[in-house]
Amino acid sequence: MEGDIAEMGKYIGVGLTAIGMGGAAIGVGNIAGNFLSGALRNPSAAAGQTAMLFIGIAFAEALGIFSFLVALLLMFAV
Amino acid sequence: MAETAASGPGMPQLDITTFSNQIFWLVVALVVLYFVMSRVALPRVASVLADRRGAITADIAAAEEYKLKAQDAEDAFKKAEADARAEAQRIVEAAKAEMQEALHAQIAKADAEIAAKSAESEKRIREITANAVEMVAEVSNDVTKDIVAAFDMKADARSVTAAVKAQMKGDA
Amino acid sequence: MAEESGGLVIKPMDQFRVESLFGGDIAWYTPTNVTLWMALTVLAATALMVFGARGRALVPSRAQSAAEMTYGFVYKMVEDVAGHDAVRFFPYIFTLFLFVLFANLLGLIPFAFTTTSHIAVTAVLAFTVFFVVTALGFILHGTKFLKLFWVDSAPLALRPVLALIEVISYCVRPVSHSIRLAGAMMAGHAVAKVFASFAAALGAFFFVPILAVTALYALELLVAVIQAYVFTILTCVYLKDALHPAH
Repeated sequence: MEGDIAEMGKYIGVGLTAIGMGGAAIGVGNIAGNFLSGALRNPSAAAGQTAMLFIGIAFAEALGIFSFLVALLLMFAV
Repeated sequence: MAETAASGPGMPQLDITTFSNQIFWLVVALVVLYFVMSRVALPRVASVLADRRGAITADIAAAEEYKLKAQDAEDAFKKAEADARAEAQRIVEAAKAEMQEALHAQIAKADAEIAAKSAESEKRIREITANAVEMVAEVSNDVTKDIVAAFDMKADARSVTAAVKAQMKGDA
Repeated sequence: MAEESGGLVIKPMDQFRVESLFGGDIAWYTPTNVTLWMALTVLAATALMVFGARGRALVPSRAQSAAEMTYGFVYKMVEDVAGHDAVRFFPYIFTLFLFVLFANLLGLIPFAFTTTSHIAVTAVLAFTVFFVVTALGFILHGTKFLKLFWVDSAPLALRPVLALIEVISYCVRPVSHSIRLAGAMMAGHAVAKVFASFAAALGAFFFVPILAVTALYALELLVAVIQAYVFTILTCVYLKDALHPAH
């Protein structure tokens, strides 16, 4: 019984950490959307900024991956 | 954490007993790849790219040169054409002048010939006329002599001739 | 673990297990599946860059064109992001890019082992970059390299706080650099494995997870390339900080 409660807490924690990935999704979408609106305003400058777009996406996505990693650690390593 | 991973079905990523193995093979792979890339692959690709850039530059320069050559050839052709045109013009003028001259000479010669021929004709006409007059006089003499003879009159030649001459003068 | 759910047994992490090729314990020199797939990665990269470009043709063949495009892509990235004087590090950055790219792509083959999904591998890659870049910064600029953390444009009172934050964020770089790559690879493969296990469990409706796995596979292909690109471009960004520490 005691073990079951600990197990339940673990799964609840895993589910909660998964919310963190939603934050990363919002961040990545924000970056891509803003890049697109900026690129549509000034298409000639867009080509030079794709590197910045990917760097920004990488930073935002990294945080989502961290939360995913925490979820995995909870799931399989704790 | 490491204990559960090593024993149970946890995350193999956290199994530190395999770390040394992974790191060793990673370093080996990276070193091999680095030497292959930096010694063989990258210089080769770089040289190919440089060759291509050089070839493109050289081809563009050659094309530029050929364009200039074509321009020169066109200019030369135009000049030659103009020269030929002028030459032809000159030849036509000369031929015309020559023909004119020849024509003049022919006309002059023909004129001279015509003049000579007409002079000759005139002379012959005059001769013929003179002959004719003489012959008329002779015939008249003979006729008169015969007429006179027919009238049984003696007529000496001298007086008949003189009479005929006088008569013809009167007519003339 | 998932064993509790009766018939549905999902072990998404089993694919990341390091195993000895010929049995026996794993010592540091043992040939393992890590060895096998790293060797394949090196072979694939060599095949593209050495045998692809073997023709040296003025008008390139398809493989040579691919090799030249890869070369030009990374060269331009190094030059644009890290500056022209970073070109002398181009061979190493190119090696990193090709290694990560081919490890990611080969890992997508079913039953393959993804070397870059292991934190030990990516951590070595990222910490190498981190130490080289930091050492380079101090060698080239001496103590002036520390100006990287001293934000001159901020108010004086805020500068120590900002410096602390900058130092922390600088030191966290290799961690995020390595975990991003390993995490992205691990996540995609684990999700694919979970979906594939659903196909076995669903019986008649097996095609639904298979369609999902197909779509996921396309996304994973994209992620594999983008993660290699991101890893390389972040290396260039860090290199730029070392070469030109002024803000």
